[in-house]
Amino acid sequence: MKLIISQMPVVLESLNIGFLQTLKLFFVTLLGGFPLGLVMAFGSMSKFKPLSAITKLVIWFFRGTPLMIQLLIIYYFPGLVLGNPVWGGGEAGRFAAASLSFILNYSCYFSEIYRGGIQSVPIGQEEAGLVLGMTKGQIFFKVKLLQMIKHIVPPMSNEIITLVKDTSLARIIALQEIIWAGQSFMKGSKGISGAIWPMFFTAFYYLIFNGIMTVILSKLEKKLEFFR
Amino acid sequence: MSILTVSNISKKFEHTEVLKEISFKMERGDVLSILGSSGSGKTTLLRILNFLETADTGSITVNDEVTFDASNAGTKSEAEIRKNRLHFGMVFQSFNLFPQYTALQNVMLARELLEKAKPEFKTDKKRILEKIETEALELLNQMGLSDRKGHYPHQLSGGQCQRVAIARALALSPDILCFDEPTSALDPELTGEVLRVMKELADKNTTMIIVTHEIPFARDVSDRILFMDGGVIVEEGSPSEVIENPKEERTKQFLSKSNIK
Ligand SMILES: Nc1ncnc2c1ncn2[C@@H]1O[C@H](COP(=O)(O)OP(=O)(O)OP(=O)(O)O)[C@@H](O)[C@H]1O
Ligand SMILES: [Mg+2]
Repeated sequence: MKLIISQMPVVLESLNIGFLQTLKLFFVTLLGGFPLGLVMAFGSMSKFKPLSAITKLVIWFFRGTPLMIQLLIIYYFPGLVLGNPVWGGGEAGRFAAASLSFILNYSCYFSEIYRGGIQSVPIGQEEAGLVLGMTKGQIFFKVKLLQMIKHIVPPMSNEIITLVKDTSLARIIALQEIIWAGQSFMKGSKGISGAIWPMFFTAFYYLIFNGIMTVILSKLEKKLEFFR
Repeated sequence: MSILTVSNISKKFEHTEVLKEISFKMERGDVLSILGSSGSGKTTLLRILNFLETADTGSITVNDEVTFDASNAGTKSEAEIRKNRLHFGMVFQSFNLFPQYTALQNVMLARELLEKAKPEFKTDKKRILEKIETEALELLNQMGLSDRKGHYPHQLSGGQCQRVAIARALALSPDILCFDEPTSALDPELTGEVLRVMKELADKNTTMIIVTHEIPFARDVSDRILFMDGGVIVEEGSPSEVIENPKEERTKQFLSKSNIK
């Protein structure tokens, strides 16, 4: 116990640095995944058959295979198979590869959520807007958008909470996120070795961050409860 | 001058002919009720009038102005269609109120958007918005809903929702107000309150086209009745002609099935 307390400052510093990387991956995924998911949602609903078919194929692939494999393929494939290691060897390259994998994977999930949201608004809403002389744009922004958001928030919340935990998968390509940081004290780092507790301790970071996200998201959900 | 002239409107869905050469006229202040069995094309006709469907043939004239002509329908811009459809108002069977807006906001929204698009809005913003609100409140009052103006649709009964929907349509002062079975989605005890406000509108000479299965109501409120079957107008005339003394066999059959006399 005494040992743990004396190791604490060093460990926390490393974990904080790792957690920063976790957070960066988390927010980059949301930043890229939200818009790309919307594009893919429209793609999969397109009346132009080849486009919707291709989009659906992509979605099927990314939802049908483990994210861990996607990370490995995206990180190693260019170097090992194509002989062109586009990502380089450093942390920045690993972060870029991880971001791309996460954005692609998550935008597929997001696109299905958006599609559900868009299709959840009854056609009668659009028709009511049309007969009242509204433009397509007015109907989208003034009538349909909020109804879609209301429908999207609960499943989106689930994905976001899952994403927080999924970022740990980037460990597989040695991205120095928080699990990696915790694990380093098992092998030996900064004069500490054989310590397993730092890795268990990372769970608190996830719990606290997910706690904050849950509170924010349920606030948003509550805010939208004024209508049905 | 007729307020509405519908000539030779036909409509096919895939291979079924839903409307066949429909023609009729309406005078200002008239109430026209359309009766007919399920699938006879009543809803389709109203939807064509409101530009929610496009007829394959025929034309529609409002106040001597051709608002729709199948021969050049494809060339019309969205803005032209929007302008033309404002001659008509539509009240749907399922209300289609906007759930995120209060009763008052539902009534005001479209008017606001229309006014905001006009150049004079910027200079006289406050007065215009006040006018829209005053008129919307007046309409809700007329519908007996003054005390419900701040309620959201999910806080209102079906009958109240439909009355808000009627106020919302009236807010744009359409030349002709169309109703598609406005009481069919309501519990029987709530139909009365909706029919009552429609009767009041009729008494104020609002020009209305009403698709309904409420035959006693149609008889009381209408100036003219159309009876449709299989996409054609089978019989047309005053309520006493069509409902009390139908000439056509199909009309008689329909009315006897509807078990009113
Ligand atoms: N979008 C569509 N695509 C294909 N067929 C349609 C479409 N809309 C309507 N129809 C068909 O057109 C016919 C007329 O439908 P419509 O809704 O106008 O009848 P209606 O007289 O309003 O019937 P109801 O009393 O049941 O409301 C029906 O056979 C219907 O199946
Ligand atoms: Mg119908």
